[in-house]
Amino acid sequence: MATDTQLDLWEVFIQGKSGGHHMHAGSVHASDKEMALKNARDLYTRRSEGGSIWVVPSSAIISSAPDDAAMLFDPANDKIYRHPTFYVIPEGAKQI
Amino acid sequence: MNSTDLVTSFERKIDAEDKIEPRDAMPEKYRLHLIRQISQHAHSEVIGMQPEGNWLSRAPSLRAKQILLAKIQDEGGHGLYLYSAAETLGISRDEMIRQLHEGKARYSNIFNYPTLTWADIGAIGWLVDGAAIVNQVALQRTSYGPYARAMFRICKEESFHQRQGYEIMANMMKGTVAQREMAQDAMNRWWWPSLTMFGPHDSDSPHSGDAFRWKIKRKSNDELRQKFIDKTVQQAEVIGLTIPDAQLKWNEEKQGYDHGEINWEEFKRVINGDGPCNRQRIEHHKKCHEEGRWVREAAEAYQRKIQSINN
Repeated sequence: MATDTQLDLWEVFIQGKSGGHHMHAGSVHASDKEMALKNARDLYTRRSEGGSIWVVPSSAIISSAPDDAAMLFDPANDKIYRHPTFYVIPEGAKQI
Repeated sequence: MNSTDLVTSFERKIDAEDKIEPRDAMPEKYRLHLIRQISQHAHSEVIGMQPEGNWLSRAPSLRAKQILLAKIQDEGGHGLYLYSAAETLGISRDEMIRQLHEGKARYSNIFNYPTLTWADIGAIGWLVDGAAIVNQVALQRTSYGPYARAMFRICKEESFHQRQGYEIMANMMKGTVAQREMAQDAMNRWWWPSLTMFGPHDSDSPHSGDAFRWKIKRKSNDELRQKFIDKTVQQAEVIGLTIPDAQLKWNEEKQGYDHGEINWEEFKRVINGDGPCNRQRIEHHKKCHEEGRWVREAAEAYQRKIQSINN
């Protein structure tokens, strides 16, 4: 074999505590999904960091391009009425 | 994006203390500097497993053996976090290993020294990992996102390494005369090489200019070295070990210790390949890599078979 590819790249997501989001923890190399899960377990949960692991082939992840950031995210800047602090609440009103 | 825009957007992020992420525009020299530094860091973690592995079968108790095994496994893990961070910059794992084997990529010089006694395992954990922690805590603020994130994870795990090493030294210093002498001997042999882990003096540090400008490096070699010395001297005193430096003296004015000059001739000789264990370390790595090749090939063959069944 001319090149030693060291297997495929997978991204690892760990749920830190029950009910929480799965967060990106890092990557592992593996040739198939079972191996990816095992390697992720060995590499990222040696100290009870989580109770659930997702592994995803890195090639399956679509990400937004840095150049598109303005187009995608700037429109949210002038819609401050989406935040609760935008509204004027009469003095004395409670629990709102 | 044209090249002027590229530089501007990169510099704006650096100035704002934003992290640079893999798909962001970055100068080619920034990318190459990081590949060099992160791969060297990864290789250090992996090569560092060897001097400790030397004592696995001779650890003095089952407790000590379990701890050492866990620590070595952590070092391997740290290597993998860092290889992954380097891979985001467009270099393959295969290429990094090739550069290590061909001597084009380096690893920390400290691992070219042998572990002669059990006390050396204590000295490595306490001094070598202690020095690495000082360096790595500063690197948590490095400008490249994946590198900074790897540093956070590594720092969380390293403090166990340093404490287990210090515990070994403390226990030996409470032991027999022979055990105390063994601990002091390890201290004498590891102290100076540990100080060289921070690299040359700021005045002779060839890569520092760009690294500071791009916020890859946040503290200078001499600043970090001083920090390490200042915290380690007190720890040595508590357990009765002597720092092997006759010129070590508290400097009230700078609120830190003055220390004797490091033997840079020895440092250069060892880093250029002529240390006690250089050849052995790389030979061993090559051997393991070759002996594991069939496993990688079998895994790939299995993957192809599964795919052909599914298609």
